[in-house]
Amino acid sequence: MALAPGTLFTGHDLTCIRGERLVFAGLDFAIGAGDAVLLVGANGSGKSSLLRLMAGLLRPAGGAVRWGGESIAIDPEAHNARLHYVGHLDPVKAALTVAENLAFWARLGNGSGVVTEALKTFDSASLSDVPGRFLSAGQKRRANLARLAASEATLWLLDEPTTALDAAATSCLMKAIARHRAGGGMVAISTHVELALDGARRLDLDTFARQPDPVEAAP
Amino acid sequence: MRRAFEIMRRDLRLALRQGVDSLMAVVFFVLAVVLFPLGVGPEANILARIAAGVIWVAALLASMLSLERLFQTDYDDGSLELLALSPVALELVVLAKVVAHWLTTGVPLIVAAPVLAVLLDMDAQGFVVLIVALGLGTPTMSLIGSVGAALILGARRGGVLLSLLVLPLFIPVLIFGVAAVDAAIGGFAARPHLMILSGLLIGAVALCPWASAASLRQSLE
Repeated sequence: MALAPGTLFTGHDLTCIRGERLVFAGLDFAIGAGDAVLLVGANGSGKSSLLRLMAGLLRPAGGAVRWGGESIAIDPEAHNARLHYVGHLDPVKAALTVAENLAFWARLGNGSGVVTEALKTFDSASLSDVPGRFLSAGQKRRANLARLAASEATLWLLDEPTTALDAAATSCLMKAIARHRAGGGMVAISTHVELALDGARRLDLDTFARQPDPVEAAP
Repeated sequence: MRRAFEIMRRDLRLALRQGVDSLMAVVFFVLAVVLFPLGVGPEANILARIAAGVIWVAALLASMLSLERLFQTDYDDGSLELLALSPVALELVVLAKVVAHWLTTGVPLIVAAPVLAVLLDMDAQGFVVLIVALGLGTPTMSLIGSVGAALILGARRGGVLLSLLVLPLFIPVLIFGVAAVDAAIGGFAARPHLMILSGLLIGAVALCPWASAASLRQSLE
C-alpha cells in the first residue's frame, strides 16, 4: 500500500474481538504528522478498543498497527515513549498533591518533572498543592490532561477527554491540541460531542461494525 | 533504570503518607505472635521450642495482608495502564513495586522479629540467623506474592483467592527458614539452609517479575 509522505502511524485490516463478540473488522487508519482523527460511533462500536489497540494495550485479533512501517509489537517500550494515553480513569493518587502526581508521570515519560507550565496550560496552577483526594471530577480530569503538556510525546490518544470538563477547560484542551498539531504531533480522539478541531478527519466506527454473516443471512 | 527508581520512590512516598498498610502488617505480626503464649500456656521450654515456627508463620501471614493491594490500587485508578504504557519494561515496573512493598512491609517485620523472639524465650543463639533468614525469606515472599497479586486483579473477593494461590508457594521458604533457626539453636550449621533460602530468592527474582508482568498484561487487555 502506497502511503502519503509523512504518514507514520497506520493500522491495517484491524479486527477486534472482545469477549467473543466481534467489535469491528477490516479497519484501516493512517495518521500523519499534524493530523487529528476523530473517532465517532455509537456506544460499544469500539472507539475505546481502537485507542487501546493504537496504544498497544490490546493486541489485535487480526491485522497490525504499524509505526513507520514497523509493527508496534516489536518494540513496545519505544512505542510507549512516543505516546500519551488518556483513558476513562484519572490516575491521580489521593495522598499526593496535583504537582507531585504530575511530576511523577512527567519524569516517567520524557519530561523533566517541572510541572508549573503544564498546569498553567489547563488553568490549574492554583491546584498545584492540593492533595488528590480533594479534587472534583473535572479537576481530576484537568490534572490528568496536564500530563499531555508536562512531557513530550508525538502521539496523543485521548478517550473521551472532555468528560467532566467545563467549557473553559475544553477550550484549553483544544488549544493544546492545536499547538501540538502545529508542532507536527498526531492526535486520535474518541468523542460524542462536537469538538472544534480544524481539518480533523472523522473515522466512523459504525462503518466497520459486524457485517451480517453470509451464512446466517442466507434464507 | 532511573524511571524504575521513580516508581519505587512514588510507592514509598505513598506508603509513608498513608502509613496504614505497613503499620497493619507489623501490628498483625506482633498480635499473632503474642497470642501464642496466651493460647499454649506460659511454659518457657514449650514456647522456646516453637518460637521459630510461630514467628515464621506469623511473618508469612502478615506479609499476605498487604499483598492484595500491591497492584489493586493502581489497577482501580488507571495508574496501572499508564505504568504499562510507560517506556519502562513492565517487568522492571513489577520489580520496583515489589522492592517498595518489601521495604515498607518486609523490613518492619524483620525489625520486630527479634523482640518477639525474646518474648517467646527463644535461644539467643538463633537471633542472628532468624534475622538473616527473614532477610532472605521476606523478599522471596513479596516476589512470589506479586504473581498472585497480579493474577487476582479484577476478581471478586481477591484477598481470599490470593491466600489460596500464594500460601502453598510459601511452604519452601517456611521450611528452610524455620530449619535454619532450629539448626543454629541446636548447634548445627545454619549455612546450608540459608544457602537454599538465597537460592529461592535468586530464583524468585529471576522468574516472578516475568510471571507478574505477563498476568498484568492479561488483566489490562
